[in-house]
Amino acid sequence: MRFVFPLVLTFVVTLAGCARTEHAPAGGGDGGPAAGESQTLTLKGSDTMVILGQRWAEAYMKATPDVTIQVTGGGSGTGIAALINGTTDICESSRPMKDKERDEVQAKRGAPAVETKVALDALAVYVSASNPLTEISIPALRGVYLGDTKGWKAIGGPDHAIVLYGRENNSGTYGYFKEHVLENKDFAAAVQTLAGTAAVVSAIKGDPFGIGYGGIAYLEGIRALKVKKDDASPAVAPSLQTAQDGSYPIARFLYFYTAGAPTGLGKRFVDWVQSQAGQGVIEQVGYYPLPKG
Amino acid sequence: MAAPMTAHTRNAEALGERGSRSLRRRGGLGERTVEIAIQLVALVSIAAILLILVFVGKEALPLLTSAEVHKEVTPLGMLAPIQRSGESLYMWQPVSDVAKYNVIPLIVGSVKVTLVALVFAVPLSVAAALFVSEYASERVRELAKPAIELLAGVPSVVVGFFALVALASWIQAVFGTEHRLNALVAGLGLGFAICPIVFTVAEDALRAVPRSYREAALAMGSTRAQSVLRVVLPAAAPGIAAAVVLGFGRAIGETMIVVMASGNAALLDASLGRSTRTITATIAQELGEVVVGSPHYDVLFALGAMLFTATFVVNFFGERVVDGMRRRLGAGS
Repeated sequence: MRFVFPLVLTFVVTLAGCARTEHAPAGGGDGGPAAGESQTLTLKGSDTMVILGQRWAEAYMKATPDVTIQVTGGGSGTGIAALINGTTDICESSRPMKDKERDEVQAKRGAPAVETKVALDALAVYVSASNPLTEISIPALRGVYLGDTKGWKAIGGPDHAIVLYGRENNSGTYGYFKEHVLENKDFAAAVQTLAGTAAVVSAIKGDPFGIGYGGIAYLEGIRALKVKKDDASPAVAPSLQTAQDGSYPIARFLYFYTAGAPTGLGKRFVDWVQSQAGQGVIEQVGYYPLPKG
Repeated sequence: MAAPMTAHTRNAEALGERGSRSLRRRGGLGERTVEIAIQLVALVSIAAILLILVFVGKEALPLLTSAEVHKEVTPLGMLAPIQRSGESLYMWQPVSDVAKYNVIPLIVGSVKVTLVALVFAVPLSVAAALFVSEYASERVRELAKPAIELLAGVPSVVVGFFALVALASWIQAVFGTEHRLNALVAGLGLGFAICPIVFTVAEDALRAVPRSYREAALAMGSTRAQSVLRVVLPAAAPGIAAAVVLGFGRAIGETMIVVMASGNAALLDASLGRSTRTITATIAQELGEVVVGSPHYDVLFALGAMLFTATFVVNFFGERVVDGMRRRLGAGS
């Protein structure tokens, strides 16, 4: 009996895996098949955007039933590679494309990489509601997560060791934090990695000396620190407005990339994502819609 | 479908009228069908286990064979410490500019948490089993046994949630642990999950001790406690050992509770008050979105294969030991 459940699970996972690999490369049809047939669009890339992409796909497929949209993750780099190789229609990326990657798209696909900003993401730095600290600079935050700063006192908090919380290493948020806060250095071994931002929030709720990071949408029962770009900069609280005007230092755009301007179904989907209906989905997921105009 | 069945039945009746010999043969045929069906079902489950083993092994294989993978990680490199500025570091940092796949902290984490679970669950469960089988009245027994066994039905995610939200706070308040989520919390949560298994098997073992043993002990003038502790308990020892082995297997393979309650920081130390990361939690947290076929993917499958082997070996030797004890006891009585 003990084997039955893992067994069933393995088969389901294997099947799901097969299904995914079979369909993923099917997205070569930029031109779009003839009208009336069911059409397929593939999105691949950023893990941060997988859920966002899936919500978009669900909502869009509900509105237009003959369309199938497949969303997979793997990371922004994986998505960009897929765009270069022509195995995805749209690449989801949580970072701007590098010049070298743009050149490769041009060379292999014969069309320039076209960037479409689709959403905004602000990363909040969480502390317990009882923590007297109100703000932190990016260099100080780096010191904390690299394990160089061990006590709260060094950064103006209570006299107690800092307890670090973070996300598992396949999380897009992990990657973003590592890149933009830690300058790609390794997290300290003592960072406790929890499954999902909700778990980080719940842990910090119960831990007066904890610190964590994640989407602003999860903020409940804990506080978000104001963030300074460096020690001389003003401290900015994360909000829709500061994310949109760019004053919050760890806010970023989320992007779609296509080889050439999107056409057919791709264009309809990208336009829909930028419309009020598409932008309305963003806040349900926890990110911010694009600034208007 | 209906027509042949009717014909079949009529045929059987006719055969029955004709003579008991042919009826027996027909019965034998039905029996054989059932037998074959059962054998098939058994074969399917064995085949499934083998297939899982093959699948896990296949996915882990590039770690041994592929030169591409060896550029990033070698099997030996997973055990050897990383040398950095004169220090030997055991680090698990698979997502990094220079990926570090040292599994020692994970193995220590798994063993640590499992030991805590066993130390907590075995005495408790065996004591409960002793009480229920030796001391409790029939009414109490009928209430207590199903109640404890019902605990096995509590989903591990619920146990994990309880450990994460409630247990962790109590433990920190009582012991002042450095991390709120730590090896102790995860181990206690796990212990809670394996209690019903250890209890059930131990209780069955105790109940299987012949009544004559107890009667003989009492007739020799021993007290109830002496009879229980010196006669019944040793006689049930093989069964209790089996219970511990089963509990170990469940504890080291359990995932949800440790993912939620251990904090998952890959720290290498013996402390129970600090966060720890187990093999199972690592697989669960990282396999979901790892790039298929990457060295990281292969390493995770290798961890799975390792876990599989460990439980298999423990179960295998556990069974041998239990058999040995049983034979020795059988010979002694």
